[in-house]
Amino acid sequence: MRGSFSTITKMLSAGAVTAGLLMSVPARAADDTIKVGILHSLSGTMAISETTLKDAMLMLIEEQNAKGGLLGKKLEAVVVDPASNWPLFAEKARELISKDKVAAVFGCWTSVSRKSVLPVFSELNNILFYPVQYEGEESERNVFYTGAAPNQQAIPAVDYLMSEDGGSVKRWVLEGTDYVYPRTTNKILEAYLKAKGVAAEDIMVNYTPFGFSDWQTEVSAIKKFGSAGKKTAVVSTVNGDANVPFYKELGNQGIKAEDIPVMAFSVGEEELAGLDTAPLVGHLAAWNYFQSIDTPENAKFIADWHKFIKNDKRTTNDPMEAHYVGFNMWVKAVEKAGTTDPDKVIDAVIGVSVPNLTGGYSTMMPNHHITKPVLIGEIQADGQFETVSQTPGLVMGDEWSDYLSDSKDLISDWRAPLSCGNFNVATGKCGGKGTN
Amino acid sequence: MIFTRTIGLTLLLLLGMLSPSNAAEADLRAIIAKFATASNFSATEAVVRELAATGDTAVERPLGALAEGDLYVRKADSLVFIGKEGGGSVALLDPLSGEKSGDAAKSEITKIKVNNTLRRAIRDALGTLTLGAKDPAARIAAADTMFKTPDATNIDPLDAAIASESVASVKALLEQARAASVLVSDRPEADKLAAIALIGARGDRNALSLLTAVEANSEGAVKDAATAAIASINSTLALWDAGQNIWYGISLGSVLLLAAIGLAITFGVMGVINMAHGEMVMLGAYTTFVVQEVIRNSFPGLFDWSLVIALPLAFSVAALVGLVIERGVIRFLYGRPLETLLATWGVSLILQQAVRTIFGPTNQEVGNPSWMSGSFDIGQLAVTWNRLWILVFALGVFAVLLYVMKRTPWGLQMRAVTANRRMAASMGIRTPWVDALTFALGSGIAGIAGVALSQIDNVSPNLGRGYIIDSFMVVVFGGVGNLWGTLVGAFSLGIVNKFLEPYAGAVLGKIVVLVLIILFIQKRPRGLFALKGRSVEA
Repeated sequence: MRGSFSTITKMLSAGAVTAGLLMSVPARAADDTIKVGILHSLSGTMAISETTLKDAMLMLIEEQNAKGGLLGKKLEAVVVDPASNWPLFAEKARELISKDKVAAVFGCWTSVSRKSVLPVFSELNNILFYPVQYEGEESERNVFYTGAAPNQQAIPAVDYLMSEDGGSVKRWVLEGTDYVYPRTTNKILEAYLKAKGVAAEDIMVNYTPFGFSDWQTEVSAIKKFGSAGKKTAVVSTVNGDANVPFYKELGNQGIKAEDIPVMAFSVGEEELAGLDTAPLVGHLAAWNYFQSIDTPENAKFIADWHKFIKNDKRTTNDPMEAHYVGFNMWVKAVEKAGTTDPDKVIDAVIGVSVPNLTGGYSTMMPNHHITKPVLIGEIQADGQFETVSQTPGLVMGDEWSDYLSDSKDLISDWRAPLSCGNFNVATGKCGGKGTN
Repeated sequence: MIFTRTIGLTLLLLLGMLSPSNAAEADLRAIIAKFATASNFSATEAVVRELAATGDTAVERPLGALAEGDLYVRKADSLVFIGKEGGGSVALLDPLSGEKSGDAAKSEITKIKVNNTLRRAIRDALGTLTLGAKDPAARIAAADTMFKTPDATNIDPLDAAIASESVASVKALLEQARAASVLVSDRPEADKLAAIALIGARGDRNALSLLTAVEANSEGAVKDAATAAIASINSTLALWDAGQNIWYGISLGSVLLLAAIGLAITFGVMGVINMAHGEMVMLGAYTTFVVQEVIRNSFPGLFDWSLVIALPLAFSVAALVGLVIERGVIRFLYGRPLETLLATWGVSLILQQAVRTIFGPTNQEVGNPSWMSGSFDIGQLAVTWNRLWILVFALGVFAVLLYVMKRTPWGLQMRAVTANRRMAASMGIRTPWVDALTFALGSGIAGIAGVALSQIDNVSPNLGRGYIIDSFMVVVFGGVGNLWGTLVGAFSLGIVNKFLEPYAGAVLGKIVVLVLIILFIQKRPRGLFALKGRSVEA
């Protein structure tokens, strides 16, 4: 229903645009703005997470304009709403590139939405900056991944739990929502844990549907699994909305962080805002940024954010920082290339280094992933995270996991001679296939 | 800074000297003052151990506060206080005496940070210290901690505590804690065997955890005894697991019942396919949120009553919106199910987006009143309070609704209109108003379901989406038009679901339930309790 309706509108608007273009060609030549596409859901299930990112982008663009714009031109944000509808993401991406002629797009949250826009970006040759932690096993010429790859989040998190500080965990529950990110991440983690000598009977993997709200059975299974005389931890890839009932049930059934800590990869300040965190104090999360990070850059970012959104209580989170880093990288690359032409920017952005909010510099690597620090934080009673561990240096994003047999021989390097996102070092050929 | 701290310390020491009986207290204060200079977790842990090593029960207060994250350092003079947040400022209490010694703004003090390792260290330290506490609950907590973290050095203090213990139940726990410690000590085998028997009799998951560790680390008779005890605990626990599944099923059933019961009226009785039903539930949940916000800001003392206050409001809000929808949209579409479906679907999108615009897309925090938090144990079964109250509430709503339908003139008119609209109209019943009020009633019930569901689920604009399919499933399965069918349908679906979940997993379990329902509907298209009468034929 909605599909056919929007097709009609699209045809109509395409006609209007063509007519408009024909008439306004001279006016367009004097175009003095650079358009930036924002492709985040503002309605539907994912609006809860993505709306914030849209606002963050608007703020960054406004700030850049206040600094004098880019290449002497003002930046102009073009916001579209793909409405949490995966095919609509591809449609809207096409609209942004072909109709609005944006120079680059910042957007997507779920892996499935990213997968759905990939063909559009390579066909129309544009740039997508993707700001969310994801499962890896992908490296595209037109996409820059500013969120964490599994080795920038999952693996260091497990290492922390194994360490003495983290409680020397011996038994593992891998709890996830049933879709591609948790499944691939858990596959990597399982292979990693086994490589570290964890026995198969000490790993329990369980999946629940999207938006799952009745966690009684799962939580009591975790309790049961944890009573085998070995230190147990839960590694949670439970997605967004299902987390609140999960943590409520943990709290109510009296699972304390001192006994069975839960390490989450998708729970940030934003998710905790809807929750009474008092019973959750001590549960963990692994990210590359926390709002509580004490650096001057972060203090300024938070102050700007509160001013922009006109609400002192709104939190900042990791994907926002990823957009901050990604946007600044793009700005720098455009300045370096002297043009917004996608081919030139794609080449120019590799090696670009910009300050992140945790007091260091993030660099875009030839595999289109960036370097970032990995932080482990504990949930506090005020809904913020307290950093309890931090990797000594920056970690480089590894797109093809070394722990999966399908992808361990693959590398990605988009610089000139190789220019390949899936080069197989064993066979010496471009075009390997990863796990999903 | 350092200068002022030295003065502060000197003053403290002087105070200590002025009252010689409190020499020990001065020592404690000196140790506590070290918290101010501890720069990382291990430094803080060292201070905790030093405090615990004094063996003075007075350290219970500062350590407990530290574990709770209530211990602060005042920036001006680096003195350590227990802080109690209230309103905009923090009340500062003396860490040892607990007496009030002033107020401070949040910016004037820094919290002493804790992590899990530190919390565990504090818990272990407090375990030994609170063995002799006056409050039996504190002694029980101490016994529990010592049971979970057995240590050979615990045996002597536990022996002393057992000898002086007067409450039988606490004494039993202390003996179990002692047995746990015996197992990790180098006591003779006979002692260990007795300890295993004692722990085996306890029979819960903690005992199982402990014995599994013992089994792995010992040999000979001790290992055999541990194996036997584990087997016996496991067989008892298997029975409790079955009971637990039934309880979880009933609890899930009560949630399904709450979500579906309003639909049983609008869809079941009136035959309106109302896709906006879930949004009525959402409106109820948001009403709860607004009520709690008002209470938090203006009448904090009433917080435990927030749900009770929210109930009538949620009912009114949802019923009013329902009335508007019926008068504005649905009444033009009676007898055209497909158009009704699309129109109400549209209404649901409008309501969702309206809420998203007003309250924002993020989850809103709805707190649990104290009587709905935590759990209690029946044997090995942990029953959480919120689930129990929701069950009671669901049954209460069902009973009231049944009464309204069967015993009031309005209910009679409703049933008359459902059974034969034209006949009812000829008898002088104003059928349009009965329709409107019935729809408002169904919506209102969905609204109060939202109050209950806000306690266990996200309060976000998408809240309703999660329940709409389940609600239709329950009503169709139970039999359209029959309230009892909805009750039985909800509970049987809940129990079947929860019995499948441990074996099939949550995803497959849900699929299996759906397939079973499809097969069942093939066999009995009108559900469990088919309504007989003319309306069904129409």
